[in-house]
Amino acid sequence: MPTNKSVSKAPITQFVNCRILRDHKLQREDLWVREGRILDPEKLFFDEEGYADQRVDCEGLIIAPGFIDVQINGGYGIDFSQATSNVRGGVALVAKKILEHGVTSFLPTLVTSPPNIYHKVLSEVKVHSGGVEGAGVLGCHLEGPFISLEKKGAHPEQYLRSFQSGGMLDLIETYGTLDNVAMVTLAPELPNSEKVVRELAQRGITVSLGHSVANLSQAEEAVQNGASFITHLFNAMLPFHHRDPGIVGLLTSDQVPQDRTVFYGMIADGIHTNSAALRIAHRAHPTEIYGNALLVTDAITAMGLPPGRHTLGQQVIEIQGLHAYVAGTKTLSGSIATMDMCVRHFKQASGCSVEQALEAASLHPAQLLGITRCKGTLDYGADADLVLLDDAINVRATYIAGQEVWRK
Amino acid sequence: MRLVILEDYDLASEWAAKYIRNRIIQFKPSADRYFTLGLPTGSTPFGCYKKLIEFHKNGDLSFKYVKTFNMDEYVGLPRAHPESYHSYMWNNFFKHIDIDPANVSILDGNITDLEAECEAFEKKITQAGGIDLFVGGIGPDGHIAFNEPGSSLVSRTRVKTLAKDTIVANARFFGNDLSKVPTMALTVGVGTVMDAREVMILITGAHKAFALYKAIEEGVNHMWTVSAFQQHPRTIFVCDEDATLELRVKTVKYFKGLMHVHNRLVDPVLSIKDQ
Repeated sequence: MPTNKSVSKAPITQFVNCRILRDHKLQREDLWVREGRILDPEKLFFDEEGYADQRVDCEGLIIAPGFIDVQINGGYGIDFSQATSNVRGGVALVAKKILEHGVTSFLPTLVTSPPNIYHKVLSEVKVHSGGVEGAGVLGCHLEGPFISLEKKGAHPEQYLRSFQSGGMLDLIETYGTLDNVAMVTLAPELPNSEKVVRELAQRGITVSLGHSVANLSQAEEAVQNGASFITHLFNAMLPFHHRDPGIVGLLTSDQVPQDRTVFYGMIADGIHTNSAALRIAHRAHPTEIYGNALLVTDAITAMGLPPGRHTLGQQVIEIQGLHAYVAGTKTLSGSIATMDMCVRHFKQASGCSVEQALEAASLHPAQLLGITRCKGTLDYGADADLVLLDDAINVRATYIAGQEVWRK
Repeated sequence: MRLVILEDYDLASEWAAKYIRNRIIQFKPSADRYFTLGLPTGSTPFGCYKKLIEFHKNGDLSFKYVKTFNMDEYVGLPRAHPESYHSYMWNNFFKHIDIDPANVSILDGNITDLEAECEAFEKKITQAGGIDLFVGGIGPDGHIAFNEPGSSLVSRTRVKTLAKDTIVANARFFGNDLSKVPTMALTVGVGTVMDAREVMILITGAHKAFALYKAIEEGVNHMWTVSAFQQHPRTIFVCDEDATLELRVKTVKYFKGLMHVHNRLVDPVLSIKDQ
């Protein structure tokens, strides 16, 4: 084949016979990739007089941006909140396995833990791109320890903390560092939280509200200070009350600044949230096209493992079918659903379109983290992290930076 | 001229596409001998392009050894703008076929020296050996490409200021905001198209009927520039019934009576699979 008179000699791949998710719609279009990024074929044609070197026949499949999981505590026997001798190896194992679920980027999540765990893990887990070895790490999600006692859920009580030293000092003391931290979940009703929320938001770290008994005004104030996410909506927070909707009221609050969006995380595993509640949340938002739902797995160590007892943080949990409980109780301790299962369930339970379901797992996480320039979309110039799916939203192949990293 | 009258837009588009297909395949283009095609934009040729794409996807037609020259392009409209003629050609034709981008020529309306661009375009056509088949449409005011009423019938590729009628007609593509419509365009001249070895004009719809009447039943007149093709040795007008509404019954009957002759040009329809 004659060489392209092109700007770059790098090979160009053209995905044909596919439907791509672009501009919030599935469109019959080819997808072009060069040097790990989505390429503008029109520019290639007219500016460079170039064409594809290689065609991939997608046989009618859907191409969506790779899924981004912002809350995943481990899986396949790995627990991110445990200081093992091989933290990096553990993260890498999970990163590799989740490619099968269409996840191309994630935030390893740590539940409430003692300072030494944070110090150890955060020193080992760095932001890095994905590839054939596994999904990319966008940073860590620190869920706790600055959370409410009453809503600790499966988190170990003895390691909960407050902002007694004024705020940021407590954070640095507990975590050791904020490098490689992408998100912090905290309870905004804790005294001195305002300064922490502001400071974290200013540093570009996503602040999420969760495991909290905050009332609506406290939640709204936190949003005004920079909070932009609700960790697993409905779970570990006060239930909706008509005179004080609490954090749930953020869905329809009129105190959220115009230029800001508050996303809510949803564990759409069919267990953590009743379908009717899921639909209330989904329908609360006035903008049909965009929506604020963000799918997370909140997957725990046992995800991918057979039924039985396993460790999460400093506690023991028990798998019974699709449920994971704190051993000896009926408190849910996390989910074992995979991301693609969540996307399928969310679509079926909410009645939303396939585009909305896919965006809840890709575009919205990217918007939340402020990385839409390169993740969560198939726009020209974005990283070519892709998931190929059939109409039933089963993952058939996963690509990172234009390279196939998993195929069914 | 040949006046080929089909029942409706789809049939007219299909006939035209089959004709183009047969011409390319009969020519047996190769790396040493390209088939040169002049191309239009707009709603009229849209159906024809779709059919040509279908022929290509079925494996019956290849554009590998075809060189194309588009008629026109707006001045000052960014090339990536969805209403630019570059965008039209990419989305409606080029991205679906196997043409080599190096063989595609469209005037660049964003270049600083527009006159030089026009001269270079004429040279490119000459260097390519001239145009084998120039496909065009007709405006409601009888213009070919952007050769508005009053354009010289021997004009060459140049910059033209668009007539008010044309700007108003185009407003629908720019959100009905007249201020957003380009006011100038680069266009091949009437003379440029007349130089082609063969010309095919597509005309469909009742709103083009008067222009067709003026173009073929009245005299050669620079107010209806398509009339210039009365003096071209090989011109085909492909139209639908609606476009003939202003013609004399006698004209229509005569040419309809010739359809069995015309249809031999597209039946049998050739395929590269047979070569």
